[in-house]
Amino acid sequence: MGGKAAQGRMTNNETFYEVSGTLLRELVDHLRQNRSQLREEWARRISADKLLTAMSEEEIFAEATSIYDNYIEALETQTFETLQAYARNLSERIIPRGVETHEILGIVLQLRDVLARSLFSQYHVDVEKCNRMFDAYEPAANRVANTVALGFVEERERIIREQQEAIRELSTPVLQVRERLLILPMIGVIDPQRARQLTEQLLRGIRANRAKVVVIDITGVAAMDATVANHLVQTVEASRLLGATVIVTGLSPEIAQTLVNIGVDLGKMNTVAGLQGGIEEAERLLGYNVVHSLAAAGTELEA
Amino acid sequence: MADDDPARKPPAASNGTRVKIETDVDIVTARQMGRALAAQMGFGPSVSTVVSMAISELARNIVSYAKRGEIVLKPTNSNGRVSIEIVAHDEGPGIANVTQAMQDGFSTSGGLGLGLPGVKRLMDEFEIVSEVGRGTTVKVRKWKT
Amino acid sequence: MEVPILKQGDFLIASIQSALTDADLMALRDAVVTKVGHFRSSGVIIDVTVLDVMDSFATRTLRDIAHMIRLRGAETVIVGIQPDVAFSMVQLGLTLEDVATALDLEEGIAYLSRRTKEIRKGVASRGR
Repeated sequence: MGGKAAQGRMTNNETFYEVSGTLLRELVDHLRQNRSQLREEWARRISADKLLTAMSEEEIFAEATSIYDNYIEALETQTFETLQAYARNLSERIIPRGVETHEILGIVLQLRDVLARSLFSQYHVDVEKCNRMFDAYEPAANRVANTVALGFVEERERIIREQQEAIRELSTPVLQVRERLLILPMIGVIDPQRARQLTEQLLRGIRANRAKVVVIDITGVAAMDATVANHLVQTVEASRLLGATVIVTGLSPEIAQTLVNIGVDLGKMNTVAGLQGGIEEAERLLGYNVVHSLAAAGTELEA
Repeated sequence: MADDDPARKPPAASNGTRVKIETDVDIVTARQMGRALAAQMGFGPSVSTVVSMAISELARNIVSYAKRGEIVLKPTNSNGRVSIEIVAHDEGPGIANVTQAMQDGFSTSGGLGLGLPGVKRLMDEFEIVSEVGRGTTVKVRKWKT
Repeated sequence: MEVPILKQGDFLIASIQSALTDADLMALRDAVVTKVGHFRSSGVIIDVTVLDVMDSFATRTLRDIAHMIRLRGAETVIVGIQPDVAFSMVQLGLTLEDVATALDLEEGIAYLSRRTKEIRKGVASRGR
């Protein structure tokens, strides 16, 4: 591959790249020739600085080798796709093991440093050449560092997004407690996005389960701003359009106040104090006969 | 108002799909095209329905008040953020009091059915420029999240 | 696109087959109101399952139908509103407040049977 690929890629600044192209080739050759020694030096510094502690020495050495080779290839070809893919793949493997962003940044900067020192000791006798060498090396090395760090951060963000999604789904389960009756216990902080998701989930649940009554229990909701309160009202109305009745339970005085403030007629909303009462009301609507056993209050029998 | 008032200008000429709005059949066509475009852009069914609904209301306003006009549907992408933009433009009588028209309840009282506050609620961005005797342009946008 | 209206016992069932224009909706309104009188039906079911949008005009027309039918002494129930459609309706502020709704045709028939029985009972008890 070598110089051909390197020159093919250089389009934006011909004079600079003509010079730096030749230099880059020399630089890449240098880094290839000293591969074993520089790689070991780097791995040693990773251990010394206590980076990548979640990984064993062998693992660090294996990854260091891969990164080293990818690094040089990126320098040589000035294409970063392979490196990017590798960085993403590496991140995917090491993030679950607890490797932190500062460790990845740390090792990439170390490699940059190890290579720079080696270049310096090789060329420092000819100061002008040495300067030009660094002119060629630095932008590429920066971009490599950038690519790897960015790949790591993006992968982390993707994982976080996925986890948030999972948590969101877990925290808004639509439960079918008996035929045609759904319960939606809302817990925690409801933001507009979650509220919206919850509504969609509930409406689909109503259709899929042919529900006639829904109990939305908001006992576990800490606070509700006007936007989310509005959403709750819309959810009640939309459920009705599908033919289901909504009973809201666990309405705190604060949330009731918010609803009144945004102009909700609480009289039109079917509210019951507790979840238990809400379920009983739902069963009554569904035509079940609820009988309280005097001996054990709270248990019920179907007639 | 000055002559360069956006209400006077034809809507953005670039790459959008234009739909002539003159009859109730055009309302159906416009909202179906909007839904298809939203779905094709990767919007979920819930948001595609909302987009379709907003187009229906905007097209309805044109037919009811201006007799004819057009709706331009345009996918946009700025720095990786994707949105669908809908511009409803007519050269009808215009709205004398835009502030009043944007108040909830104004539409339903008196059976006017402008529904503009509703459209604003459905969408993420809403702009209206109207001048009596010259026409109305409503531009709305829904971001893909 | 004409909406077929079928007579099923005491009830009429109008099942919408495709997207409707304003003219189609008005034709549906006139046809339903006429047929209720003609058949002396006690209930009307309007099945909107296939509609992927119900805008302000459609909603208002359905409400008008329900009101006119009530004036003729019968009940109306709208069935089959899709979840996404319902959500977009309430966001626009369309709630069909005083019109009965049910999940599907089966539920709609069950609702009307119950309703008409209640009404007959009410009339009978008042008569006593």
